[in-house]
Amino acid sequence: MEQYKEADLKNIATSIRRKIIEMVYSAKSGHPGGSLSIADILAVLYFKELNIDPLDPSNPDRDRLVLSKGHASPGLYAALSIRGFFPESLLTGFRKLNSKLEGHVHRGVPGVEASTGSLGQGLGIGVGMALAGKLDSKNYHVFVIVGDGEMEEGSIWEALMAGAKYKLNNLIVILDKNGVQLDGFTKDIMPIGSVRDMVSSFGWDVIEIDGHNFEEIISAVKKAKKSKDKPTFIIANTIKGKGVSYMENNPKYHGSPPASQEEYEQALREIGGDE
Amino acid sequence: MLMVPSESLRDAYGEELKALGAKYRNLVVLDADLSSSTKTSIFGKAYPDRFFNMGIAEQSMVATAAGLSLSGKKVFASTFAVFLMRTYEQMRQSVCYNNLDVNFVVTHSGITVGEDGATHQIVEDVGIMTGLPNMKVTVPVDSIETRSVIDFLAEKGRGPNFVRLSREKFPVLNDKGYEFKQGKSHTFKDGDDVTIIGMGVMVSFALEAAEQLKNKGIDARVINMSSIKPIDRQAIVKAAKETGHIVTVEEHSIYNGLGSRVAEVTSEEYHVPVWRLGMKDTFGKSGKGWELFDYFHMGVDDIVKLTEGCFREEPRYENFP
Repeated sequence: MEQYKEADLKNIATSIRRKIIEMVYSAKSGHPGGSLSIADILAVLYFKELNIDPLDPSNPDRDRLVLSKGHASPGLYAALSIRGFFPESLLTGFRKLNSKLEGHVHRGVPGVEASTGSLGQGLGIGVGMALAGKLDSKNYHVFVIVGDGEMEEGSIWEALMAGAKYKLNNLIVILDKNGVQLDGFTKDIMPIGSVRDMVSSFGWDVIEIDGHNFEEIISAVKKAKKSKDKPTFIIANTIKGKGVSYMENNPKYHGSPPASQEEYEQALREIGGDE
Repeated sequence: MLMVPSESLRDAYGEELKALGAKYRNLVVLDADLSSSTKTSIFGKAYPDRFFNMGIAEQSMVATAAGLSLSGKKVFASTFAVFLMRTYEQMRQSVCYNNLDVNFVVTHSGITVGEDGATHQIVEDVGIMTGLPNMKVTVPVDSIETRSVIDFLAEKGRGPNFVRLSREKFPVLNDKGYEFKQGKSHTFKDGDDVTIIGMGVMVSFALEAAEQLKNKGIDARVINMSSIKPIDRQAIVKAAKETGHIVTVEEHSIYNGLGSRVAEVTSEEYHVPVWRLGMKDTFGKSGKGWELFDYFHMGVDDIVKLTEGCFREEPRYENFP
């Protein structure tokens, strides 16, 4: 996997962003904001850090990724298709009848490890996968991407307790801290204080990074993989809607596609890359 | 009471888990701080590395169970019936939607919880679980059936399963060699006049009631419907055709439980009166488990009275909300 250079990752992230916009615009629904915010993280994980093989998707030694914020399905589906788990042409079926690409992340899609969509559950699933890895003496890592609105779910904190109790150093959580949830800004909807301090006090290693800086994402993941006896929680500071000016930091685009052909074209123009 | 010994279903569960732990190295067990009551502690003592006490955090327990199953483990997860219900959504999204081999075996269901009172006496769980796509629902009648159900799930169980056990010991009705078959009922007593279909401990009440009914000249059939989903449609239709009257008895709400399932079948396949006996849109209360059956009009005498009325096709004056 090391063959992907930073310049490649940037192009891949751009492709992921283009596909996100194309999918939600074609579906006339979906969640672009929180998909765009994790595009750079997905590029690093799927094209550099995850030990996976699209030709052998159920290899017991593979790394696992659970997208706990399952509404960011366009981002995940785009990354999986570019990585070769299924043809990119299938992306046009997103959210449509007779397509496997369910509105929220669905395990029927090749490369998807767990169906998600109701917030607060993916981290617990990741705990179970990491426990199984320990029981089976496997060396795989389990990655879970959670949202910052999702941190309001009590079940997240239940799972954090369990991760620390069982010393799951094979479990790596990445928090997409974009500051926006459906109804507005997280600081207004439910201010929860310092996630860094809280998660750290739960017994996790915490690393804080710029979630759009490839070098920082890579080095945080590499550090997390070397943890001896603690799970790692990477706080990735991101921008909701990153790459499309009118979507950035705008709660409206948590769950709405471009509103017009003009908005659609503007989004693709601003993201750039090849058509 | 019937002149048969009673045995604990949850002891049978814990012991069977321990035995299966030796046979299946991929079998793991989770609990949420109630293992000494659910008896998963028996497994936990034998196999500490495959037993996970998730603390008083049921949502975490269920999501973790899903993750373990996704990684090839045969999972049993236990707590009290009432507390598992707070994880309805984890069960729905993480377990049932992913169609995972996770077995939820709950204890302390129904009013036989006794003194702990209404907060702990859930009588809605069977209905809640039956509605979940992919979920199968079983209510063992005694310790022997409990062992057989757990064996079946460990060996052949596929997809999510819900098994409802009790706090109290229940009369042992089955013979030692009995084998549970998912989707099949078991007829304990044949009869031509009326059929009493029971679930859980109330099958033993139904057998007592059938003895008294015999003295009144009514020959009642008694069926143990332990497999609530899938349900034994064939046995229900046969009973409807051959006896013409059905009474259902359950330690559960009359809504969305055994009685509702039986009525679904008769309304679709063969119309006969189905009279339901159970909890009538109400919470339980503190008291001795066995006293509560009389308090809620679910005792043997109540079954006799209701069955006689159903058989004689008398008007039923009770009103349910």
